[in-house]
Amino acid sequence: MLNILQQYWWVIVSLLGALLVFLMFVQGGQSLLFGTVKSKEEKTLLVNALGHKWELTFTTLVTFGGAIFASFPLYYSTSFGGAYWLWMTILFLFVIQAVSYEFRSKAGNFLGAKTYETFLFLNGMFGTILIGVAVGTFFTGGAFIMNKSSITNTLQPTISYWTNNYHGLEAIAVPFNMLMGIVVYFAARTLGLLYIIMQIDFEPLAKKAKSQIKITGPAFVLAFVALLLSLFTMTGYHVNPENGFISAVRYKYLFNMTELIWPFIMLFTGVVLVIGGLANTLFGKGKGSFYITGAGVVLAVWSLLICAAFNNTAFFVSTVDIQNSLTLQNSSSSEFTLKVMAYASLMVPFVFAYIVYVWRAMTKVKMSNDDLLKPDTHKY
Amino acid sequence: MFLASLADLSRLQFALTAMYHWLFVPLTLGLGFIIAIMETFYVRSGNEFWKRTTKFWMNIFAINFAIGVATGIILEFQFGTNWSNYSWFVGDIFGAPLAIEGILAFFLESTFFAIMFFGWNKVSKNAHLISTWLVAIGTNLSALWILVANAWMQYPVGMAFNPDSARNEMVDFWAVLFSPVAINKFIHTVTNGYVLASIVVIGISAWYLLHKREEEFARKSIKTSAVFGLVSLLVLIWSGDGSSVQVAKKQPMKLAAMEGLYKGQTGTPIIVAGILNPGKSVKNIADNPIKYESEDAFIFKISIPQGLSLLVDRKTNTFVPGIEDILKGGYTYLDKDGVPKTAPPIEERMAKGKLAVEGLALYQKARLAGDEEGKGLAYTQLMDNFDHFGYGYIEKPTDVIPNVPLTFYAFHIMIMLGIYFLLFFIITLYMEKKAIISKHRWFLYLAIISIPLVYICSQAGWVVAEVGRQPWTIQDLLPVGAAVSGINPGAVRTTILLFFILFTALLIAELGIIFKVIKKGPGA
Repeated sequence: MLNILQQYWWVIVSLLGALLVFLMFVQGGQSLLFGTVKSKEEKTLLVNALGHKWELTFTTLVTFGGAIFASFPLYYSTSFGGAYWLWMTILFLFVIQAVSYEFRSKAGNFLGAKTYETFLFLNGMFGTILIGVAVGTFFTGGAFIMNKSSITNTLQPTISYWTNNYHGLEAIAVPFNMLMGIVVYFAARTLGLLYIIMQIDFEPLAKKAKSQIKITGPAFVLAFVALLLSLFTMTGYHVNPENGFISAVRYKYLFNMTELIWPFIMLFTGVVLVIGGLANTLFGKGKGSFYITGAGVVLAVWSLLICAAFNNTAFFVSTVDIQNSLTLQNSSSSEFTLKVMAYASLMVPFVFAYIVYVWRAMTKVKMSNDDLLKPDTHKY
Repeated sequence: MFLASLADLSRLQFALTAMYHWLFVPLTLGLGFIIAIMETFYVRSGNEFWKRTTKFWMNIFAINFAIGVATGIILEFQFGTNWSNYSWFVGDIFGAPLAIEGILAFFLESTFFAIMFFGWNKVSKNAHLISTWLVAIGTNLSALWILVANAWMQYPVGMAFNPDSARNEMVDFWAVLFSPVAINKFIHTVTNGYVLASIVVIGISAWYLLHKREEEFARKSIKTSAVFGLVSLLVLIWSGDGSSVQVAKKQPMKLAAMEGLYKGQTGTPIIVAGILNPGKSVKNIADNPIKYESEDAFIFKISIPQGLSLLVDRKTNTFVPGIEDILKGGYTYLDKDGVPKTAPPIEERMAKGKLAVEGLALYQKARLAGDEEGKGLAYTQLMDNFDHFGYGYIEKPTDVIPNVPLTFYAFHIMIMLGIYFLLFFIITLYMEKKAIISKHRWFLYLAIISIPLVYICSQAGWVVAEVGRQPWTIQDLLPVGAAVSGINPGAVRTTILLFFILFTALLIAELGIIFKVIKKGPGA
């Protein structure tokens, strides 16, 4: 039963991670604030269109953090406590985002509109890349030592610590992590452009978005293909379910896909949907492209994250001593806790239903400049 | 060097970020309901005045909400970044409320927030009203789960220690959720938010009256908030009384620090107001006992005889242990099952704690060696002494004493301001009923001054709760020194500085925006 619950919670956490990447279309849109979107009018429209959704992305990030803390506390403890600078940088980038929508256009905002726009741009640009880098460590690991028995050393009771002084920043220098960061960035930017095309009723901006997507969309697909090639040729780490012994296996993630099949089907479907959604925009009328591409991104990311831990795979490898690596078995919460949370997770479809209801209510009409001038409008 | 230890720095960072966060959250908790009540008036009456009033306070809510969200994300992830040992040791219990908070509460508030602010023209009046209520409920639900988690740290229940995984694991979710400490803490904290929001609304409204602007708006806002605030304050006082009973039972050292009680007695008086004698340092208990004994606890005090005994046990002759009694042990207390027991001295608890930690080490060793008999013996040693586990990390007995002056003054400031607010609400309602508020400028000034006072009161409450429980992250099980991450103190110093600069800049921005919004007024 514990085994099933561990897998169930990894699926849930992975789904939250995949939804987060999809919802980072908000960040992708923000990354257009300098360069692509220039006029004040366009910026205001973009910020307001994205501003109706940023809370959802932010909440998904927070829930992802809470869920991984509750279901795999050893990962939370080891990664966050060790890769301190990587996570702190990500957090700072999200703190500056959270106030920027509300404060940007308000009188008396102390730092000026330009600063808040810069905050949004930094969050959109580097928040996405660094989250991608952090996700990359699910495959490349980190320089940590973990020993639960250390709790009995009253002078030095820390059970996990990082063995270098970069505390996670070194992950940026790992090519695979950086590639993952670039993929997440392009995914967010592509979805951001599709959101603009779908949601903003302002021809000059829509024209720019359509022009931009001709470059960003294919760049996303190419970067993703490069990521898959890199992933399927890299070495992963197998956990012996009998004794927990961890050993290196070449092409481990490729084997995970071929042995389990269903993540591969998810990945394949995801890729088809992404390409289909983009093709629909590039060569067709583009109706529904945002949702089609978004669904593709969710499926693809979800399958990769599942692949990181399923089929007896260590999902957070210690590059110092692979026997210290984290697996679903050694890092999860107890069966009781996972069960309690599984009951709580039964509420997820209900939560999903009201999110869909609100989303539909808020996006059924495209946003225009006229909307922002209406008397009841709460304008960012 | 000042704050050289990693634990001190990590505590400072958590305190800094939590106190900033708590500047914004209580207003959100209370204002959400005040707005929902006002919008209900609007929907029921159709009077556009109430819509205008609702929208003005909603504007204040949105500005405050954004910065509350910004400062909140740090707190969640800080458990991992700065308290990684803690995250493993009790993550099995502590993480669950956090996850449930995300799934059940955060999505509720963030989803309906969109309709509340942007949906006036997109959904029906009733759908909008429901959304506003759901945001208010969502913010309070999220408070529930994080307060359940915090209460569990003050009074760990519903769990068992697993020596194989070297951590505590949840065995009874309902015991965690419905522990008396959790219930009291939730009610006390959210009603604190309601009182704070009411005072803020009254204070801002008073400013309009002082400037002879928006009289109808101001008076109706004052009336709504004063009723809401007074009812909330009565519940706040009731839950505060319940909290003091719980603290006396579960955290006697915290109670002793709150009252500056060094030596206990039967029929212990309660301090109404007082100035502690700085010469009476708890460090001298061990370092200079003659000086310690020669110093009085107070320079000045006003007390009510037998008041503390009456407060914590409803009896006038109950013995309430002081700091020295807790260090020496020997007094009678009731354990978790309500069975009377004699309290052991802290030195004995430290010795037993060391036995528990050693038992765990032996257990781990025997497990790896496949020595079943050794495992059994080690397990017995561990579990026989587990109630004292955290004391195994304590270096000297006086380390279990929190900062007495800080806890004492924070507690008494909180109580005095609480009494002041009770009088304030009564006077407000009386003057509003007689329609004389506008005529009394002194009252309008008093209402404005009350805004910073209610923030001081609210912050003081958390200082009592968190400083008073030191040195424990989890009462009796894990001291702060054993809970921190293995990071460089220099890194924490840098992030403290960065947080301080960033949050201060954002606070200035928030106040700047709010002042402008107020100046513009609801008619704008």
